[in-house]
Amino acid sequence: MTLLDKVWELHKVATLPNGQDQLFIALHLVHEVTSPQAFQMIEERGLPVLFPERTFATSDHIVPTDSKARPFSDPLAEEMMAALERNVKKHGIEAFFPGSGYQGIVHVIGPELGLTRPGITIACGDSHTSSHGAFGALGFGVGTTQIRDILATGTMALSKPKVRRIEVTGTLPKGVYAKDIIMTIIARLGVNGGLGYAYEYGGSAIQALGMEERLTICNMSIEGGARVGYVEPDEKTIQYLRGRPFAPKNIDDVAPYWLSFRSDPGTQYDDVVVIDGKTLEPMVSWGINPGQAIPVSGRIPSPQELPPNERDTAEKAYKHMKFFPGEPIEGKKIDVAFIGSCTNGRITDLREAARIVKGRKKAAHVRVYVVPGSEQVDAQARKEGLDTLFRDAGFEWRSPGCSMCLAMNPDRLEGEEICASSSNRNFIGRQGSPKGRTLLMSPAMVAAAAIAGEVVDIRKWEI
Amino acid sequence: MTHPNLKNTSIIESVKGRGIPLAENDVDTDRIIPARYLKFITFEGLGAYAFYDERFDEQGKPKSHPFNDPRYSGASILLAGANFGCGSSREHAPQALYRAGIRAIVAPSFAEIFAGNSTAIGMPTVMVSSLHLDTLITLVTQNPSTEIHIDLKNKTLTTSSGWTCPVDMNEGYRKAFLEGSWDSTAVLLANLELIRKKAAELPSIR
Repeated sequence: MTLLDKVWELHKVATLPNGQDQLFIALHLVHEVTSPQAFQMIEERGLPVLFPERTFATSDHIVPTDSKARPFSDPLAEEMMAALERNVKKHGIEAFFPGSGYQGIVHVIGPELGLTRPGITIACGDSHTSSHGAFGALGFGVGTTQIRDILATGTMALSKPKVRRIEVTGTLPKGVYAKDIIMTIIARLGVNGGLGYAYEYGGSAIQALGMEERLTICNMSIEGGARVGYVEPDEKTIQYLRGRPFAPKNIDDVAPYWLSFRSDPGTQYDDVVVIDGKTLEPMVSWGINPGQAIPVSGRIPSPQELPPNERDTAEKAYKHMKFFPGEPIEGKKIDVAFIGSCTNGRITDLREAARIVKGRKKAAHVRVYVVPGSEQVDAQARKEGLDTLFRDAGFEWRSPGCSMCLAMNPDRLEGEEICASSSNRNFIGRQGSPKGRTLLMSPAMVAAAAIAGEVVDIRKWEI
Repeated sequence: MTHPNLKNTSIIESVKGRGIPLAENDVDTDRIIPARYLKFITFEGLGAYAFYDERFDEQGKPKSHPFNDPRYSGASILLAGANFGCGSSREHAPQALYRAGIRAIVAPSFAEIFAGNSTAIGMPTVMVSSLHLDTLITLVTQNPSTEIHIDLKNKTLTTSSGWTCPVDMNEGYRKAFLEGSWDSTAVLLANLELIRKKAAELPSIR
């Protein structure tokens, strides 16, 4: 059995008449953007929230990162925030709002509060719920109608996915990060390569990663089409959770149970992919989906080099990005740099970026945002002096939220600006300007690009 | 048994209507509905924002797009490319399409969360081969008044011109439409005792 089989069986309530499984959701995370209609739907039907003790809320997508003073300057954002405040109060749901010390991006706070843990099912109305798989949990991104179902029934209807084991062997070269691993996987297997699959990440290069790096990998599973991605838990998982606010106090008693969530030796996977870690390079996206990415030393591919079914999207990408086939990505000028998001807004991400930035200054023409993923990350970074370090380099230190990853708050690109971004999606219009352009890369690469004013290869830098 | 507070939803055995072609691969939900239009606490009125940035320029002037093309006005079956609906899990994407008049989507493949969200609101996502899609798009482009009939029971798609092809879809979703159980809350709540038992067996979060 795979880890997925074990967690699935444990949480399966019934087989539904249509053949799908009814899965119990052990932890339901709620945020302000995808939940208001779901609360309205259960209220219209006169149904209560069945398991408020398994439901937790925060606000992240629409919160401003300059001032959290209420009312928010954007009346629509204020309305969403107020609706969530009303809904959690009415239904007895614990919430972590700005100023609580625990607010942050939902996929950052779940792990850091110790709510996320091995062997459980987690759902949230956000596709990056796959992140939580870093702890050996199954995280499902869901839509609003499914949020309604989970609120009202604690369960959801699901079809069991196949499992693809992705084995990353060897050790990573200097300057290559978790972000580069997952961007390589997506570039090789395609943005739809994971349809119908859960991705199980393993191998020595994955085992060597810390928990926050594993979160980065699992986070972007969905960008490869896999709704779920996970890593088998190990001692690092236990150590990370030790002492977290909601983690069990008797963690050493619980650890053997948590560690039992592993795929059995000799398990037959539906597919296996092996990637040699030592051949990996820093990755940069050049197009309009996360699969359109190349090593920083590479050149933008020509249509002839691509599979026939990817050529139309490539043509659209050249046009939108104003890039040409055969051009190197290194040296591309940037206007904006963004360090943050549920992919790369954790303390270890900020530390890696800070190593690059220390003693340097941003390029004069670049606007740089550093947005910690949560109030806890913010506090820790300040304790380490990272906020000052970034400010000294001319970077803006903002307060926690999703920010420029999807520009639902005032942080956004203008016109055709190009942004070096540590986020997860380079879709057209994603960063708030219909003509804006996004280059995805690791936080260290974003920091270096901010300093150089263009895409650089951090392997060439003295750190 | 149905929970007393819930209505049975309707059975969907087939969808009929004219087609609207949008034959691009990997159309993501940010394109279907840009994030700035998610800042509403209801789904009402979202239809006006479907594909907004592709339909209108910065001054709000209409651009060339199938959803602006009068030949496809009133069409209810979207003919889309592979991996349709990838990216963000926002249900606002299928909601916007539904509220723009779409009642079924035909594509070679769908992103999983999108297909689940579409099913949950009663909008079938059916798969056809890329070759069949190309033919269908040619037929519809040449004659936009072509009627399309998707038969979920027999898993076929037939046009008013007599052309036909097989369709495929997630079997669970298909049965949910045929049984009228796609509005899943009632179906799930029917197992309330099993749910409570499971909750009691599993470790608590607090």
